Amino acid sequence: MLLGVAGSVLCASTLWTVPATPQEPAPSDSGQGVSGVLRLDEEPVDGARIEVETPEGNPVDTTTSAGDGAWSVPLVTPGAYVVRLDEATLPDGVVLADSTKGSLTVEVRPGQDRVIIFQLADESGPTTSEEGFDWRRLVSLSVDGVRLGIVLGVMAMGLSLIFGVTRLINFAHGELVTFGAIAAWVFNAGAFRFPLFLAGIVGLLLSAALGWGLERGLFRPLRRRRTSTVALIVVTIGLSEFLRSFYQLTFGPLPEPYRDYALQREIDLGPLTVTPKSLGIICIGAVAIVLVAFLLQRTRLGTAMRAVADNKDLAASSGIDVQRVILHVWILGAVLAGLGGILLGVTQKVEFDMGFKALLLIFAAVVVGGLGTAYGPVLGALLLGVVIQVSTIWFDTEFKFVFALLALILMLVFRPQGILGRRERVG
Amino acid sequence: MDVLNVFLDAIRVAIGPQAAVFALAGVGLNLQFGYAGLLNFGQVAFMLAGAYGASMTVDAGGPLWLGILVGMAAALVVAMLFGLPALRLRADYLAIVTISVGEIIRLLVRSSTLEPVTNGVFGYRDFAAWFYAINPIPAGRYGVGNLAFPARTLWLIVVAWTLVLLASLLVLGLMRSPWGRVVRGIREDEDAVRSLGKNVFMYKLQALALGGLMGALAGSLRAIDSQAVRPDFFLTITTFMIYAAVILGGAGTIIGPTIGAMALWFVISFSEGLLRLGIESGVIEFLDPEDVAAIRFMIVGLALILLVVFRPQGLAGKPEAGLLDEH
Repeated sequence: MLLGVAGSVLCASTLWTVPATPQEPAPSDSGQGVSGVLRLDEEPVDGARIEVETPEGNPVDTTTSAGDGAWSVPLVTPGAYVVRLDEATLPDGVVLADSTKGSLTVEVRPGQDRVIIFQLADESGPTTSEEGFDWRRLVSLSVDGVRLGIVLGVMAMGLSLIFGVTRLINFAHGELVTFGAIAAWVFNAGAFRFPLFLAGIVGLLLSAALGWGLERGLFRPLRRRRTSTVALIVVTIGLSEFLRSFYQLTFGPLPEPYRDYALQREIDLGPLTVTPKSLGIICIGAVAIVLVAFLLQRTRLGTAMRAVADNKDLAASSGIDVQRVILHVWILGAVLAGLGGILLGVTQKVEFDMGFKALLLIFAAVVVGGLGTAYGPVLGALLLGVVIQVSTIWFDTEFKFVFALLALILMLVFRPQGILGRRERVG
Repeated sequence: MDVLNVFLDAIRVAIGPQAAVFALAGVGLNLQFGYAGLLNFGQVAFMLAGAYGASMTVDAGGPLWLGILVGMAAALVVAMLFGLPALRLRADYLAIVTISVGEIIRLLVRSSTLEPVTNGVFGYRDFAAWFYAINPIPAGRYGVGNLAFPARTLWLIVVAWTLVLLASLLVLGLMRSPWGRVVRGIREDEDAVRSLGKNVFMYKLQALALGGLMGALAGSLRAIDSQAVRPDFFLTITTFMIYAAVILGGAGTIIGPTIGAMALWFVISFSEGLLRLGIESGVIEFLDPEDVAAIRFMIVGLALILLVVFRPQGLAGKPEAGLLDEH
């Protein structure tokens, strides 16, 4: 399984040959900041308000574009910032070309004067498309959605497999996701400088070790003591809190990128433009899912896993070592979570609470697809991923979680067992 | 003595408004989790409803007392949002729905699209003038040395702990009533209660809503205490801290949430005080002062694990078989 993933990393890494285009920091000796020039067809736009805040939402500074459209905000400390153009303060007739791009999150390095470009458009003539609907954008967002769905699907599959054999919802699954991402980061951009695919393999091995350790050190002893499911859920909550704070303490509160594949030029593939890394992520995720499916369907271990998930007592009485199977599922689940984390880290950045943020979407995917099934969560994740991304055509990006929630609630009301779940009592 | 000051500070926090807010939210959570067996991981959403109900009403020109009622009404809506999809299903589905809906409510409140309604990330400030204006305690400092409160804090402490007492008495009365017996029966064996012809769903929804009302009241108090409300005050970690308090004190006991909240805040602020002392005096060199907050949450997480594993009955002990016991 690991070899297979490693192989797919190699196969995909050959795709990633387009040179990165790093942002040139403007020479500056007076600290760092963000700046830009607001223009519409070479006409400067003045009097527009620009707000800078921290990712946590603490306001840092506000400025207004000058007569030549220029604005700048000096920043005391480098780090991640959210720069927002207040659309209401734009002159009449001038709007954002893409209303979702009015708020940009940027990473400002020490001493860097980060240039921010807000694309403006004439309100009367939409720049999107003459027919009123932008098909290219729909296609490109669908690809984004598939990528998000695959990544979520890998994570959700892990959660659902662990639930299948232990009947325990692991609320610390998000922290297993973060663990993989951070472990790979340490070997790629932290203490060591391996290429990402090597660092990723190390991250997956460490994730496997974590899954092994959690089962042997925590959950197996607790099962032996016949701890109730409710108590176990509270334990996973405590574990999630503990690990997340531990990451915050050791990794730090700011997002960090991997050294490889940070910025890529999009390649043109007929109707869609896509970055090579997106294709690579989809490729790796899909290969991992297919490999797990193969493992489940065609190997002795996989058959045993399905047997234990189906009926633990029956499996035990037919000679299957249930404890060993559960241990293997924990390892597999942790590796899948870690792989999802690494893939997510390539798209976004590595952050101490990235897994916890993803957990809501993982839950939604698992419930939509069917909790405890192996392939339902993947299906649910793909559906959710595409819906979330495509919804940004009509709705603000901030609302994407609302769609996940809506899917979760509607599913629970009308088909609580999920798309692929069996009709059994879940109440 | 610096350590003595840290100790007195910790005592002050343990009887202060923060602990009272946690105790009140904890009494509500204990009703849901300890007595009815509902895994509500979204208690903080009820607190958010209470805080925003109060501050938005005042912002719109209404009186604060009305705002607190509005907050409680909003909490009932949250209870429906949690309960209607999930309460008919297995216990863990409620956990998934509450943690997700709670976080999404916060994300919605802080979104820039809803900023005209909710003030987005900035929230509200200075809306509790009425509460401090009706303070009957004469101005001054009350207490000894480091263990003293100004009159306005003392007023809030008195009101908050009185509410904790009333809520605890309400739960005590309810648990001795037929309603309480049914609710505890649901915790022990849902099917058995159902086979007696009880509408299990309605009882669960009532327990969830009642606990949520207490959470909303706690949220209003928290808003009055800090005189500021922002969406990021209502992170999921708050729910888990309340869980830690309830389990530490003893889930399914009347006094549990109160001792738990006091003990939790004592442990948190005493350990943080010692850490800060160590950092300032140079004994602890590997930590920065800003790391202390992360350590607080590590302590909470570790406390939850260790309590469930080694002392599921908590400090108060438990006279009856409970949820966290071994079966």
